[in-house]
Amino acid sequence: MSLHVDAGRVPSRAAPSGGRRREQRPAPRRFLSWLDLRATPYIFVSPYFILFAIFGLFPLLFTAWVSLHKWQLAGEKTFIGLENYTKLLVDEKFWNAVGNTVGIFLIATVPQLLIALLLANALNKKLRGRLVIRLSVLIPLITSVVAVAVVFTQLYGRDYGVVNWILGLFGTDNIHWQNEKWSSWIAIATMVDWRWTGYNAIIYLAAMQTIPKDLYEAASIDGASPRRQFWGITVPMLKPTIIFTVIVSTIGGFTLFAEPVMFGSGLMTGGTTGQFQTVAMFIVKEGFRDFEYGYAAAAAWVLFLLILITVLINSVLVRGIGRSK
Amino acid sequence: MTTLTRTRRAPAARPVRLDAFRATPLTKVALGFAIFLSIFPLYWMIIIATRSNEDAHSMPPPLLPGGNLGENIKAVFEAENAHFMTGIVNSLIIATTVTLAVVIISALAGFAFASLQFRGRNVLLLSIVLTMMVPLQQMGIVPLYQMMVTLGWTNTLKAVILPFLVNGFGVFMMTQYTQQAVPRELVEAARVDGASTLRIWFNVALPAVRPGMAVLAIQTFMLIWNEFMWPLIVLTPDNPTVQVALRALNDRYSTNYVLIFAGTTVSIIPLLLVFVFFGRQIIGGLMEGAVKA
Repeated sequence: MSLHVDAGRVPSRAAPSGGRRREQRPAPRRFLSWLDLRATPYIFVSPYFILFAIFGLFPLLFTAWVSLHKWQLAGEKTFIGLENYTKLLVDEKFWNAVGNTVGIFLIATVPQLLIALLLANALNKKLRGRLVIRLSVLIPLITSVVAVAVVFTQLYGRDYGVVNWILGLFGTDNIHWQNEKWSSWIAIATMVDWRWTGYNAIIYLAAMQTIPKDLYEAASIDGASPRRQFWGITVPMLKPTIIFTVIVSTIGGFTLFAEPVMFGSGLMTGGTTGQFQTVAMFIVKEGFRDFEYGYAAAAAWVLFLLILITVLINSVLVRGIGRSK
Repeated sequence: MTTLTRTRRAPAARPVRLDAFRATPLTKVALGFAIFLSIFPLYWMIIIATRSNEDAHSMPPPLLPGGNLGENIKAVFEAENAHFMTGIVNSLIIATTVTLAVVIISALAGFAFASLQFRGRNVLLLSIVLTMMVPLQQMGIVPLYQMMVTLGWTNTLKAVILPFLVNGFGVFMMTQYTQQAVPRELVEAARVDGASTLRIWFNVALPAVRPGMAVLAIQTFMLIWNEFMWPLIVLTPDNPTVQVALRALNDRYSTNYVLIFAGTTVSIIPLLLVFVFFGRQIIGGLMEGAVKA
């Protein structure tokens, strides 16, 4: 029915091409429809690829080019080969930033994904008010990173922070969270975890719901406890999803920026001795505070390599889950 | 007779008690704790935003709202050096533009990848999936900045908008959504009827993929609203986005907690509204995407 209406509309509305189509001019008509069939797909995907070429691929490759120079935005651009890289490899500040990034990533991600798994398992049970519960654990995700960081930085305040107050109830002295590596890492990791645990739990929950119920029925009949079912059925079945979340967390963790910046009162230095300066902060500091663009570009490439390596290692590790059992 | 007993027994045997899906008291306590942890920081932030600076320092932390919210929010907008109003307007413009563009670009490309046949389709799609893994904005930050300087676009909104239009995730998601929502036969039928590809996209595919576009729109808006690093670099402090304005607020008025918290509260209102109205779709979209990925 609707097709008829459409067909009737074509000649009158979409006048020139549609009208001609009915007349006896087969050659251009065939050409037009050939063009339509062959060319339109490319036209449809072209906006993305043109934008990608200009704002994605070109900057990526150009970063490599810049990294081989002593680069100034307006002035001299001197080719210096791999000097930026050799300098980077022995730059203690860079490796300090790498260490911080990896450290925060580890103490944030490992507990986060474990808790997310357990939380998803809990959300997967028969409960009243499911939507409300799911929305509640997801609410941190919509809070902006900067707002999260600001609020948590106050929670971790030395003199008036809620965290120190709670610890004080147990007799602990006030901790200056920014001062030490371990304490600043923990503070920043909790910001990351607060924001992302619920998200990962929802992702795991979605995957859990696709696991066939008969697996659990069979296991129940065999007398396996819920705990054994969780580690023996749920977790192994979730492996592809876990790999997915590990990759996403790795990229997010290695480009961590807003939380440590706000935690360190908006500066790129990451504390008095760089105790929580991440690689992303290092890049911005070198490039946009000290104007060493070539050096910053080299750091960006090394960061990318580190991400690739970590993703690979993690994927191999996660793939091993359940195999030993 | 035997068959009868068998059929009668079968339904009784069916509901094996699946302990794995029973919520024990421990589960409920744990969930309650998780909900408390998720909500408390936000709740506390809003409470502080309604109070005075003396209350912000009192321990135990105040848990009921005070009466200063209006006054504090007014102070945020009037705070010199923070340019909060400009920040909100800029962020609205940037996030809306990027969202609309990304959704349209992704829906177009997604339709081509899912419903049309063309040479190089698989290679192009694979290149998108691979580049999704690359943090392009962080990696290419130096050349991107150089580009904007050369073009004289620093401190303009287009300098913020353009790099974010590259959203491989959007194309990938719309490809998957179109595959599932637009049957091949429908496309073929429309073609036999003489419709052009553009017309098929507009009249057949678009109506079918609208829910997917909505989910992508919500996710993109949230992502761009929260973006911090690139606007911080490419914009000047007197023409910020809302996140950059928050940093300035936090920087210049670091002891004025209520002011800062009123600022963060205002900054999450647009997303909170999105969440209240589209919460169900957000969860649905996340869960659907997860199963496919």
